[in-house]
Amino acid sequence: MTLSVVLFAVLSILAIASALVTITSKHPIRSAMGLVFHFFMLAGLYLTLSAQFIAALQVLVYAGAIMVLVIFVIMLLNLGDEEKLKYKVNPRQVIGIFLGAALLVMLGTIYVTNVSVAGFNKEIAANIGTAQFLGNELYTKYIFPVEAIGILLTAAIVGAIVLAKRKLN
Amino acid sequence: MLQSIPLEYYLIISAVIFIIGSIGVITRRNAIIIFMSIELMLNAVNLTLVSFSSFLGDVSGQIFVFFVMSVAAAEAAIGLAIILALFRSKQTIYVDEVNLLKW
Repeated sequence: MTLSVVLFAVLSILAIASALVTITSKHPIRSAMGLVFHFFMLAGLYLTLSAQFIAALQVLVYAGAIMVLVIFVIMLLNLGDEEKLKYKVNPRQVIGIFLGAALLVMLGTIYVTNVSVAGFNKEIAANIGTAQFLGNELYTKYIFPVEAIGILLTAAIVGAIVLAKRKLN
Repeated sequence: MLQSIPLEYYLIISAVIFIIGSIGVITRRNAIIIFMSIELMLNAVNLTLVSFSSFLGDVSGQIFVFFVMSVAAAEAAIGLAIILALFRSKQTIYVDEVNLLKW
């Protein structure tokens, strides 16, 4: 039981637990808080993979920007607890069986295909995880996708304003 | 210090989170919680990409995560604007009460 194993176990158990809180709690604010916690735990998991820049982005973009937006909308709509789904036929068992089968297929694929690669090399991983290395790649090899993402974000901002405006003249 | 965790464990965590997200999308009726479950699924895929990237020593996975995050941010802005517009016209965000297109 080294430190890294304990760290990984704690982070992953808390990540799964907070994901469960997100989808099971009745009040949307509570599930939003679960999701914020989940994002922090995932940032910790990224740090155990030596992906520092992605971990920082996870906290800044997801836990910072997106969740603030979600919580603002929840408070703006003044939502309360939600009641149960009222289906005539309860399809939950079918869905549960289907999703359980999907999970089994995923885990079975992981187990069978023996994905063990060369092994985690901390020096290489820590080298490619830095902002400097990623920035070099982004602004040389991937310059066209970066520009396209810029256009996409601009379109998203304009679209969000148009959609949320009270009246269209 | 940190190289003792095999890649399979990260993939298993990611698969479990993805399934939790899809259960949330299917079983909830509040549009905002469905939206947050979609974010859970996106994050599960991001975890897979980052773990493969770190284990293979190849940066492309992390670049891809960067783009997934940008698209998720755009999706968050648009999705929440749609939810606001929906609430303004129907006074509800429960997806089973919005059946305008249902014949």
